[in-house]
Amino acid sequence: MTSSAKSNLLHFGMLAGLVILFFILPIYHVGVLSRVMVMAIYAMGFNLLFGYTGLLSLGHAMFFAAGMYGFGLAIKFGGFPVPAAFVVGLMSAALLALVVGLLALRTAGVAFMIVTLMFAQTAYLVVLYFGKYTRGDEGFILQQAERSLFGLDLTSETGRYFTAFTLFAVCFIALAKLVQTPFGKRLVAIRENEERARMLGYDAGRYKLYALIVSGTVSGLAGVSYALLFGYIGATFSTVQYSIFPLLWVLLGGAGTTIGPFIGVLFMFYLIDISSGYTNAYMLIAGVVLVLLTVFAPKGIAGTLKARAFPWLP
Amino acid sequence: MEFGPHLMLASLEGAVISAILVLTAMGLSIVFGVMRIVNVAHGEFFMLGAVLAWYITTFLGGHPALGFGVALIVAPLLVGCSAAFADRAILKRINYDPDRTIVATIGMLYIIQQTTLMTFGPEARPVEAPFNHRLSLPWFEFGENGFVMTWPWGLSTTSYKLFVIIAALTVLIALWLFLTRTKIGLIMRATQQDSEMAQAFGVPVGKVYSWVFGLGAGLAALGAVLVVPIQQAHYLMGHDPLLLAFIVVIIGGLGSLPGTVIAALLIGMSDGIISVFFSPTLAKIIATFLVAMVLVFRPQGLLGKTVP
Amino acid sequence: MNILETKGLTKTYGGLKANTDIDFKLTRGKVTALIGPNGAGKSTFVGMVSGRTEATRGSVLFEGEDISHLPAHRRIQLGLAYTFQITSVFRGLSVYENVELAAGRTLADRPSLLKAKVNSVLERVGISDRSNQISGDLSYGHQRILEIAMGLAQDPKLFILDEPTQGLAETEVDAFISLIRSLAGETTILLIEHNMKVVMATADFITVLDQGMVLAEGSPEEIHENAAVQSAYLGTNVDA
Repeated sequence: MTSSAKSNLLHFGMLAGLVILFFILPIYHVGVLSRVMVMAIYAMGFNLLFGYTGLLSLGHAMFFAAGMYGFGLAIKFGGFPVPAAFVVGLMSAALLALVVGLLALRTAGVAFMIVTLMFAQTAYLVVLYFGKYTRGDEGFILQQAERSLFGLDLTSETGRYFTAFTLFAVCFIALAKLVQTPFGKRLVAIRENEERARMLGYDAGRYKLYALIVSGTVSGLAGVSYALLFGYIGATFSTVQYSIFPLLWVLLGGAGTTIGPFIGVLFMFYLIDISSGYTNAYMLIAGVVLVLLTVFAPKGIAGTLKARAFPWLP
Repeated sequence: MEFGPHLMLASLEGAVISAILVLTAMGLSIVFGVMRIVNVAHGEFFMLGAVLAWYITTFLGGHPALGFGVALIVAPLLVGCSAAFADRAILKRINYDPDRTIVATIGMLYIIQQTTLMTFGPEARPVEAPFNHRLSLPWFEFGENGFVMTWPWGLSTTSYKLFVIIAALTVLIALWLFLTRTKIGLIMRATQQDSEMAQAFGVPVGKVYSWVFGLGAGLAALGAVLVVPIQQAHYLMGHDPLLLAFIVVIIGGLGSLPGTVIAALLIGMSDGIISVFFSPTLAKIIATFLVAMVLVFRPQGLLGKTVP
Repeated sequence: MNILETKGLTKTYGGLKANTDIDFKLTRGKVTALIGPNGAGKSTFVGMVSGRTEATRGSVLFEGEDISHLPAHRRIQLGLAYTFQITSVFRGLSVYENVELAAGRTLADRPSLLKAKVNSVLERVGISDRSNQISGDLSYGHQRILEIAMGLAQDPKLFILDEPTQGLAETEVDAFISLIRSLAGETTILLIEHNMKVVMATADFITVLDQGMVLAEGSPEEIHENAAVQSAYLGTNVDA
């Protein structure tokens, strides 16, 4: 079987598996998986920039939040129907990514990390400053009626699961295809050796900007999805912690792989789920995992599998 | 209170902020200057200093000045040692690779913060100042009788706050002497200039790095011990100092110590003044956004060398 | 028209003058070698031509057009190819993927043509058998050959090679000489070299740089006889 045939089998197999799981799992785990799939979209968005293009942003929460608030505020204050609000959320994230990209991509390496961190922190503070509309840390809720699409109730566990699944599947396949295109390969080239890529005639600056915009928009899509399906919008999602999470998930699952982000989110969700039963300091687990990963297994789960056993793993 | 005295009060508050900030930021700056790494857990070392000060003063009891004095020495030492240990156990293994170091220090941040949460708890706990006298401050005005001294109500500071400012200055001078006059200081500066060359001359670069990392953490902890009688110890108190220290180091110029001092003064003073006259959130928004812009358009900051 | 011309090209770093007022012409379809002692400013000059280094002063013309202010990637798009003095390939990717990226800039939208091109280039330089190897695992000599392959894959009008034979075994050097000869006429070649055997065997013209300036220009025979060139080289290690 060729590499690409194996990849396709893996990807569709995973999606089929997710569908089947809905019918097998107890309702609690179905709920967890819904959340996992939404956050996996966020992780995949981050992975495009970090895993494939090699740019570490410490401020991705601002894109997630842009999507979330764009959607939420459009519904709450604009009275928009869901599809229109969806678009507003996506456009907010895309626009923010464009502006941030034009500024932040003038720096590289450590400076880029700090600049993205600072922009995200500014975004968080702005959300707090306009607390009159955003309700700050407390946040606000969207009613079930406001979140229905074509009369379908998206708030039942079933509606949630399959909406999350649809959004996840679309992103998953789209991004998997994207990284196989010449565009995707050039991003990898920039990650591997940016100067060489330039000296082959590629406008590295432009590619990085495009990668950032796609990455930011997908992260924004995750934010929109979360607001749509779980009905809560709050400033927590624009804190530094929410910028660290996708890094943690992607590193754990395997940066630069297609299935890595999902695996990483799944693992961490259950790890934290279990440990928060014991202590309210469950982020300790996140800290320990980050240190262990970066010292002993920087490739993460899928990355190590790819290096050791399955070289065709996309 | 009228504007003049109000401004003076805000400036004094700013001076205290600057004092603490300069110590904290100096720690971050030295680590970056010599080791070329960004330590995201720096704020947690700060917090540890305050928390340890609470444990020490509570354990010793007696006169607050006694406990505080011991804490002032022991807490930074303990924090410095744990930092040096973390450097050997973790950072050395990943060879100070920039990406992995950031991730590792983020991990360290959560480990330190959450362990503190589990042991110290989520509440804020006060530490008593060693001495605390309210000092009314005079204000000068031109009146009908010429130059007149008045004592506006509310225009006061405390002896402890003045102590903090003086202490920070003392430590700064001691640090400067240490770096420029002692052999260890010379070794550190040599390693900063050219670590390969230093190694070729027999400098144990690995050990120097552990020392430097410990020194950086110790300075932050010292700043925290000084501020804890004013602020209270809390497991999340490292977050704001980290961001402010980052801002200072970047605007002052990564790797430039004089730049750090000047920037700490600027940032501390303006934070104090803007916070008093406007909203603290707005002050933070401006500062955070500004630092991002500085990095984008003038990455070497005020006085620094080029950013890697 | 000359394919490449520089006028007054100068680079100073602070007080150090790496290149001063270089007027240079490249004849289309010919092989020109750029030689000179270490520190003569050859790599800096070529860096300014390719766009890697920003010139302090002067201009670069490619096919009559002023490209002095174009970024490197734009110059490459116009038909320049460049191999680095210190090998710079995509070490994590396979040999095939490396060449594919080089050829892909123009051929990515025609997959079968792209595939044919990559394979023919690999064949031509003799590393087809290593097509699936990770390039970081190759020997230094093979990585250098890979880099030349990446240049060839772009079908450049002007091919700039910075010390291409350094680190190559004797047989590989001979293969390189044949390769350069086979390109004669279709591609213009600018070669920085220390290996005099290669220079004498391939160059139609030679330009000698010394201390950042042009010392002499001419045919290989003329340069060989030139007394100033000989004295500039005295004391330096030259592979004869």
